[in-house]
Amino acid sequence: METATIPTELEAYWKQLDCGFPRVEPMFADCMREALAALSRQGVDAYIEHARFLGKMGRGAEPILIFLENWPTVARMLGEEALPAVMECIRRMWKSPNGNSITPFLQALPAAARRLQSPQQLHCFLDIVLDFMERTTGSIHGIHQTFPSPGLPEFFKQIPLLLGQLSLAGLKEWVEYGVRYYKDHPDRQIDYFSLQSADSRAVLQRERHGTLLVDNERKLDMYLRGLWHDEQQLIPYSTAFDILRQPVPYYDKLGIRLPDVYDDAQEVAGIDRYRAVLAHIAGHRRWTTAIFADNFSPFQRMAVEFLEDSRVEYLALREYPGLRRIFMALHPIPAEDACNPEQESGVRHRLAMLSRAILDPQHSYKNPHIVEFAQRFRDLMRQGDSSTSEMAELAVAFVAKTRRQSDQLAQIHFTDTVVDYRDDNRQMWKFIEEGDEEEAFDAPRKIEPGEEITGLPPRHYHEWDYLNQSYRPDWVSVYEALHPPGNAADIDRLLAKHGALAKQLKKMLDLLKPQEKVRIRYQEDGSELDLDVALRSLIDYKSGATPDPRINMSHRTSGRSIAVMLLLDLSESLNESVFAGMGGKPPNSQKASGSDQTILELSQEAVSLLAWAIEKLGDPFAIAGFHSNTRHDVRYLHIKGYSERWGDPVKGRLAAMQAGYSTRMGAAMRHSAHYLEQQQADKKLMLILTDGEPSDIDSKDGRLLIEDARQAVIELDRQGIYAYCINLDRKADDYVADIFGKQYTIIDRVAQLPEKLPQLFISLTK
Amino acid sequence: MTDKDQYKINKEPFYQAQGDEVALYEAAYAARLPVMIKGPTGCGKSRFVEYMAWKLGKPLITVACNEDMTASDLVGRYLLDANGTRWLDGPLTTAARIGAICYLDEIVEARQDTTVVIHPLTDHRRTLPLDKKGELLEAHPDFQMVISYNPGYQSLLKDLKQSTKQRFTAFDFDYPSALLEAEILCQETGIEAGLSAQLVMIGQAARNLKGHGLDEGISTRLLVYAATLIKGGVNPRAACRMALVRPITDDADIRDTLDHAIDAVFG
Repeated sequence: METATIPTELEAYWKQLDCGFPRVEPMFADCMREALAALSRQGVDAYIEHARFLGKMGRGAEPILIFLENWPTVARMLGEEALPAVMECIRRMWKSPNGNSITPFLQALPAAARRLQSPQQLHCFLDIVLDFMERTTGSIHGIHQTFPSPGLPEFFKQIPLLLGQLSLAGLKEWVEYGVRYYKDHPDRQIDYFSLQSADSRAVLQRERHGTLLVDNERKLDMYLRGLWHDEQQLIPYSTAFDILRQPVPYYDKLGIRLPDVYDDAQEVAGIDRYRAVLAHIAGHRRWTTAIFADNFSPFQRMAVEFLEDSRVEYLALREYPGLRRIFMALHPIPAEDACNPEQESGVRHRLAMLSRAILDPQHSYKNPHIVEFAQRFRDLMRQGDSSTSEMAELAVAFVAKTRRQSDQLAQIHFTDTVVDYRDDNRQMWKFIEEGDEEEAFDAPRKIEPGEEITGLPPRHYHEWDYLNQSYRPDWVSVYEALHPPGNAADIDRLLAKHGALAKQLKKMLDLLKPQEKVRIRYQEDGSELDLDVALRSLIDYKSGATPDPRINMSHRTSGRSIAVMLLLDLSESLNESVFAGMGGKPPNSQKASGSDQTILELSQEAVSLLAWAIEKLGDPFAIAGFHSNTRHDVRYLHIKGYSERWGDPVKGRLAAMQAGYSTRMGAAMRHSAHYLEQQQADKKLMLILTDGEPSDIDSKDGRLLIEDARQAVIELDRQGIYAYCINLDRKADDYVADIFGKQYTIIDRVAQLPEKLPQLFISLTK
Repeated sequence: MTDKDQYKINKEPFYQAQGDEVALYEAAYAARLPVMIKGPTGCGKSRFVEYMAWKLGKPLITVACNEDMTASDLVGRYLLDANGTRWLDGPLTTAARIGAICYLDEIVEARQDTTVVIHPLTDHRRTLPLDKKGELLEAHPDFQMVISYNPGYQSLLKDLKQSTKQRFTAFDFDYPSALLEAEILCQETGIEAGLSAQLVMIGQAARNLKGHGLDEGISTRLLVYAATLIKGGVNPRAACRMALVRPITDDADIRDTLDHAIDAVFG
């Protein structure tokens, strides 16, 4: 063996390693020296031994190279006793068809070690990896594993990003989700684990640590409105995928852009970091007037921005002194001697020091320029609000006073100069000339021809997955639209047909109508004296008879405050003839009974009667229908809105009702709850008229949509909505109680529906 | 005869005029026109009436209206005693007899059919028929009718009939401006000016949220409570949480925002 480049003191190790790859030899000495410095004696022996194994494994030079290079660093962070566990993991990959993952795994190891910190956490991490590998390695006949896991190498490539965003528990959830849904679909699995697919990012977002903007949007809205009397859309931008160029908060006429998540930092809670950004931006919106940028050099502009930022914060603190704690904690403290002006440009460093000195009156800076200009700034502010142009003058003076030759150097001192709660100040500048200096931030966006927008954009709803007891985020897309109109006279004809029934209903309705105050007389205890009765009792008493003690009366109100939503299942099964669903009867007996109606037609009759009845009662009432064609296309059709009268347009839509596709009930319920929730009523009732169990063609597991509907009912309950199901499926007992608990009725004889439905409503709301 | 003096207001109540309402009220009283005062809760409606009664030297009879109130609660009723029955005047009748200002507070809380009984007293007739007793009471020349309500409820049920509304002259009250409100807090409780300005800022923050989860902003009355607590030695933050935030909301997001406003204002 050629050992020319191996120093003599390391030769023993080299022999032990017994490695024939030419690429290993030149770097062996460096790695070995680092290992000797970092590891104990046993550690070095183990290092060599395992490296030898990696070299002999038959996977080329890559594994051994990476291991030799990385392990000393990893061992320094996690301790060398972690090695057996890591090697065990590698060995298992080697024995399975997943040998191709060994190299990415070794490459991901230093990044993982940096994030994991402790050996216990490393063990958890390795468990996740092994579990992942075990479950995604494919086999043909179910015995031998033959296909490598498609997602595993991709997963290792994403490790630095994933561990940066997720805790280990979050990582586990994220992996779990991907394995569960894409186990049998190699291409999708790769998409998921390389963070290409939408749901992969959505789950990542859900599991992230820190304070999410979406969870706190309302709070921040109120903050802006309450404390700053300002109102603007808050729009999140993602911070997860731009590592190199982190976006900065900004605002334009469309809204205020904020990062989607803030971790706690410098003992400031995430929500307070958002508030700091908003306070700063609200300050700009209130106090900054845009000035012309053309006559300033880039340095001058940077100085103007720093000083203007300081000014709006100064003014904000004047109003809300309590913000000082947050600003002080978040504003970096550049050390006075941190920047060496001989070698790097100190422009940012000086400005950050000035900004700090202005914010913190107890600053420790000695630099005469910093002290002088901080003082000049305060003198200016003492006279009032000052202005952007005054800041510009001050900034130009500061730049002139402190200019150095080295400011032109390409190497700029950045450490501790970024104030991350400040926006990018794009609204501060206007430009006389359209030059290459400015960027067209608000360039009008053209809608491409042919891209006409039809209908409302879809709303996304999550769906409950009972198998792992969690929601699939944004899983279902609901498209809503107004139901196409039809002939209103058809409905009038139906109502006329049921004239007798309507009369009967009318009697019941009159009993239900709100009677305002009702006096209850003859009470022993009541709110006031019933004088007539009392006098009668007195006369009885005086004439020696036993007086009636019930001389009081009280009142009872019987008002109604019920908002109703009637949700109709418009799935294909509604097209069946009424008796088809009832089995037994031969076709000719259908004709004989004169009832060859479809369930759809009967539903129309029933709904018309119910709508007529509710209109009479005066309760706020809406009707909508739904059907679905996979999770990507749930259609929600408005038939009657709350503010609409029961008139011809509504009747027309009802008459045009058609049945088709499947029943994805949960999403439709969530969507209609969204409308019902906004009604102001003491009681909210959602009636769901359906003829079968929830199902859809993209859901093989029948249980799934049933459980989702059940979860939707629980959600409704939490929103104070009472869901009640009217089911026309005689076999519904199997599932309907699972979904609705006791809140359901099964109507066996579908022909009775027009009669039953209004009665049911009346008895529910009595 | 009822003792008139018990309804007299002997000590001057503190009232900070926001505009020319005092002069206007005096003019309305001179003509004995009925007066209606609208405004959000705790903005000084009742205090104003009290102050005017004191200023005019007239007795004031206040009735807090509620849903269970009947016409006989206002007019009067027969009571039983040892010898049979006895008539007892209600507050409205008493006021009409002795020539007091009758103040029906939060009139919309009473049912609409109840409020109809004030109609004959509030137009040119100035009489009150006591049908149960068989008496037609002529109002005393000093008698005046004042009602108040909060139009912010925005409930269809809680509104006055047009026939009632159109018998009154009206004042529209609102929370005073920041400067004035701070002055009121100082006058009322004796806290220092800086602190009162801070309290008013918190109040303003909450008023900005009205309609976005809050039905009503923080009233001047609550600000006075907070100032009183602070004056009594309570830590300002704790006092604000207790007197300003906790009473008006159960919504966690709003509570959080207002708590933050308190921290931001007190620094």
